[in-house]
Amino acid sequence: MIEFRSVTKRFPDGTVAVDDFSLVIPARKTTVLVGSSGSGKTTLLRMINRMVDPTSGEILIDDESVHDRDPVKLRRSIGYVMQNGGLLPHLTVIDNVATVPVLTGVPRQRAREQALELLDTVGLDRSLAKRYPSQLSGGQQQRVGVARGLAADPNILLMDEPFGAVDPIVRAELQQETIRLQQELDKTVVFVTHDIDEAFLLGDQVVILEKGAQIAQIGSPSEITEAPASEFVASFIGTERGTRALHAKRTGAGTVLVDAAGRTQGVLVEGDA
Amino acid sequence: MTWVLDNLDLIAALTLEHLRQCLLPILLGFVLAIPLGWVAFRFRLTRGLVLTVTGLLYTIPSLALFAILPTVLGIRFLSEANLVIALTIYAVAIMARSISDALGSVDPAVRQAATAVGYGPWRRFWTVEFPLAGPVILAGLRVAAVSTIALATVGILIGVENLGYLFTNGLQRRIIPEVFAGVIAVMLVALVIDALLVLAGRLLMPWAPRRTAGRRRRLALRLGEAA
Repeated sequence: MIEFRSVTKRFPDGTVAVDDFSLVIPARKTTVLVGSSGSGKTTLLRMINRMVDPTSGEILIDDESVHDRDPVKLRRSIGYVMQNGGLLPHLTVIDNVATVPVLTGVPRQRAREQALELLDTVGLDRSLAKRYPSQLSGGQQQRVGVARGLAADPNILLMDEPFGAVDPIVRAELQQETIRLQQELDKTVVFVTHDIDEAFLLGDQVVILEKGAQIAQIGSPSEITEAPASEFVASFIGTERGTRALHAKRTGAGTVLVDAAGRTQGVLVEGDA
Repeated sequence: MTWVLDNLDLIAALTLEHLRQCLLPILLGFVLAIPLGWVAFRFRLTRGLVLTVTGLLYTIPSLALFAILPTVLGIRFLSEANLVIALTIYAVAIMARSISDALGSVDPAVRQAATAVGYGPWRRFWTVEFPLAGPVILAGLRVAAVSTIALATVGILIGVENLGYLFTNGLQRRIIPEVFAGVIAVMLVALVIDALLVLAGRLLMPWAPRRTAGRRRRLALRLGEAA
């Protein structure tokens, strides 16, 4: 469990990225922080592994303040996946995956053997092990990034807009992989994105953020869609117009659902799901 | 030509001597430039100071430096130490800037990624930033090496014998082939050392993009389009 207690972050230039933010992130669930740029979502994520220290307030992991932990050791115990994979360009795929175990003192040979297994886990062919990141496609780099995040078998996985830079088809593929991995591995995942569709797809708990990391609404995707807390949330998730604003249209074969642009999105089936 | 053939032993001996005298300054200059380059890269305040001072060092004429060093350091004027220290100073002057630039060439996103996965500052510098700065550092090292090899010939003016001996001896005795032999030998030494550095770079940095390969590929693409 990760807990934010009245956390504020004021940067030296005076901007307040996070203003009195409190949140409980349950263990073994995926929590998605979603908001547009300037909502402080990445700053929140980076405060968990002390890439950023809060100006006031505290962050606890399993009731222990991260402030009391050595930042370098803390980071090694938390998986981190970032945009573009964040791979080290001078290390081969296998060594990139083995980075964290090697840093914590696992013999290189053993770390590499484990890394090979992780390539299987994230759906990469073992023949890519000796390649350098620049020789991989964007999607492959991102999978290596996920494998590296998992290598030390951390309880917590932080994902900072990991699929922001890949094309929509690869992104959909990676999102499905993430869901599969989460079902298999059962980690506490904190995922940051600006894409509400991605948030609803991946999140058990979705946190919609406004400027200064003000929480607009917290809930499961269904709770938020069924009862948006404000105009802001409604327009952000697109229930007024956009893909989530559906109208029933009766046809000879039954009722279909049509979006604001007039495209048929699905068929209405009566009864419980 | 006959002079060269008759004196191959002399030329070979001087070449080896020349190499020996150059290697230490190149190595020392490289090692000393690392902390200087880092300080210049890391702190904005010291950046201007370090780069200006090292840059100015390069403008001191070598003869003047040979005269200054003995009085400052208490070494003999006519000594190999005087030459080696002077060459080291020039190598540092070149390398400090290139190491600072090289560290600046490392993608900040990579530096941040290394921090995020748990590299401590010291380890991150030596195993991530320094290797990634390698291609630009190598470029500076090549310039420093070639310049040191050429510059070392002035050692003959303070009585240190190396390939420079062929210049002064050839001039005094009016043996033009001897002077040319000296020039060509210096160029050959410089070319060989430069080639070795490039080779070492290829071996140590297999991940680095090769400019020539890229050019060839681009050319191939263009030819493909034309066809």
